[in-house]
Amino acid sequence: MAVEIELLKSIPYFSGLSPTELEAIKQHIFEKSADKNELILLEEEPAEAVYFVVSGAVKTFKTSAEGKEQILCIIRPGESFNDVPIFDGGPNPASAIAMSPITLYGISKTDMETILRERPSIAINIIKVLAERVRHFVSLVEDLSFRHVIGRVAKLLLEYATDHTGPDKEASPKPRLTQQEMAAIVGTAREVVGRSLKALEEEGAIKIDRHRIVITDKKALEEMVEASS
Amino acid sequence: MVEMPVIDREKCNGCGLCVSVCHCQALVLVGDVIMTIETEECGWCTECEAVCPTGAIRCPYEIVIEES
Repeated sequence: MAVEIELLKSIPYFSGLSPTELEAIKQHIFEKSADKNELILLEEEPAEAVYFVVSGAVKTFKTSAEGKEQILCIIRPGESFNDVPIFDGGPNPASAIAMSPITLYGISKTDMETILRERPSIAINIIKVLAERVRHFVSLVEDLSFRHVIGRVAKLLLEYATDHTGPDKEASPKPRLTQQEMAAIVGTAREVVGRSLKALEEEGAIKIDRHRIVITDKKALEEMVEASS
Repeated sequence: MVEMPVIDREKCNGCGLCVSVCHCQALVLVGDVIMTIETEECGWCTECEAVCPTGAIRCPYEIVIEES
């Protein structure tokens, strides 16, 4: 498949460029496809290119020494990933995996340097993309650093739980919540809610049974709420 | 009846990203409309919800206390 100018136009790096400029940039782009669940980048490996998602979705993540995964971003069509090492010369900061069959456009580190030298005006576009990325990560760091997020998630679970054990077991069920809604209520990112639920399950306080979150140790959750307040 | 992700057709732009990330073919694109197919295979991974650019898919959790 040939690199398409129309697709290039929709990538924030190249917004506002003339058709002639886009044609010139097209010469530096290579295409890459991957199957669902295929690893595209491994963190700490030498960085070779910045990638733009043309179709499908990519997940970037870090893995802890114990094998725990922290999702950093979901990259959708038009968005880029692995930008930072292309400019700072370091290794891949995170791993990336295809969430679906994907098509990517890539620009190698040396080609990106050439593009920037020839068309310094696109630096403004790139600064905007990197600035948005920094804002996203500052917010994520803030959430992950606050120990009491897990306590807030525990509190929310207790508030929205239908109690099948107490005297009001016939009470009408409470509203169901998505992870996105839990994140909005608790004031955190969806990724942090996912991690908190996993942690609570590992501690044996809850059991996630498909679309049901079963509180198996109410007292443990109450203690977490107490400890975080 | 198997609980399945809920689609808000007014918000859905038919981009099909959810279909491409689904692990069990529980989502299909018919024209530009996303449909769900009831299947026990759906493990509620919520990736369809996470990937949706318009917030059109919801994977809501029922929260219950069932002390063992």
